[in-house]
Amino acid sequence: MNILKKIWQTLSTPSKAGVGIVLALGFTGGVVFWGGFNTALSLTNTEEFCTGCHEMADNVYQEYRETIHYSNRSGVRATCPDCHVPKDWTHKIIRKIAASKEVWGMLTGIIDTREKFQDHRKSMAMREWKRMKGNDSRECRNCHNFEYMDFSEQGSRSVKMHSSALASGEKTCIDCHKGIAHELPDMKGVEGWH
Amino acid sequence: MKKIMTALILMGMAASAVAQITEVPSNNGGVESLRGSAELNITRGADKHKRVIKDREPLQRNYVHQPPIIPHQVRGYKVNLNANKCLSCHGWKYARETGATKVSPTHFETRDGMTLSDVSPRRYFCMQCHVPQVDGKPLVGNDFKAVDSLTQN
Repeated sequence: MNILKKIWQTLSTPSKAGVGIVLALGFTGGVVFWGGFNTALSLTNTEEFCTGCHEMADNVYQEYRETIHYSNRSGVRATCPDCHVPKDWTHKIIRKIAASKEVWGMLTGIIDTREKFQDHRKSMAMREWKRMKGNDSRECRNCHNFEYMDFSEQGSRSVKMHSSALASGEKTCIDCHKGIAHELPDMKGVEGWH
Repeated sequence: MKKIMTALILMGMAASAVAQITEVPSNNGGVESLRGSAELNITRGADKHKRVIKDREPLQRNYVHQPPIIPHQVRGYKVNLNANKCLSCHGWKYARETGATKVSPTHFETRDGMTLSDVSPRRYFCMQCHVPQVDGKPLVGNDFKAVDSLTQN
């Protein structure tokens, strides 16, 4: 009985040094893990990482290089994650978890040739358009803020659409601006296309 | 030894022949083209890029059946097997909403004059006939005037 009591006492009253060590270990461990997690997260959020696979490097990246988001007069660029990964933490994590499916796709080689890529282009594009439509083109708006658009600097065609459909929230960026960074799939049956 | 010598001599002759080919004198005979005068063996520097004219009202036509020219920028507009960006505004389905000029019904006709229910494949590639304008100056003077009936005030 005494032995049991002793053991209970030892367990229920840890020494002062013990508490300190546990706290210190926990703290450094936390710093290391959280830091490492964030580093890994930001490392996988770069153009170099995205174009590390030939599926991206040989298809969408090459198409994107001809567009205004890659090269323009002022040199401001939107890289892959700027459009395809949300900026705020919650949505970013959700997107990152969903992206694990893309790793599986890479391992199984679902789009590892140009032909396979073209066959899947429409379904992949539709998925991305649906995501953008669903979040009111959130990633576009990280840079293109409607509040600060100067209609007097826009072309008359842009003003007409931006001041009506976009202003009222009836349409969002991606409704009209499809295929601005990559080649389009067969647009048959897509709203707004012939 | 003799073999090596012959080989060396042959190589030397070949080298001098190559050198002679690159040193062919060039003379354009004083001919000047609209692009200025340049010797045949000299690559002339490219002209500056012209700027495409931004949005404006439809431009007047100069003769009957002239394909109207495009009074706006078309950078990145895709017209291919998969998509036709022009028809997203100029197609009959969208023209009223966008305020764009409708595609003429002549574009629905086959070469045999049959009318199709949609733009005919032979009229599908808009920019074969309709082109945007740049701020370039004409290379030669031109006093062509549109016929009176087409002149807008």
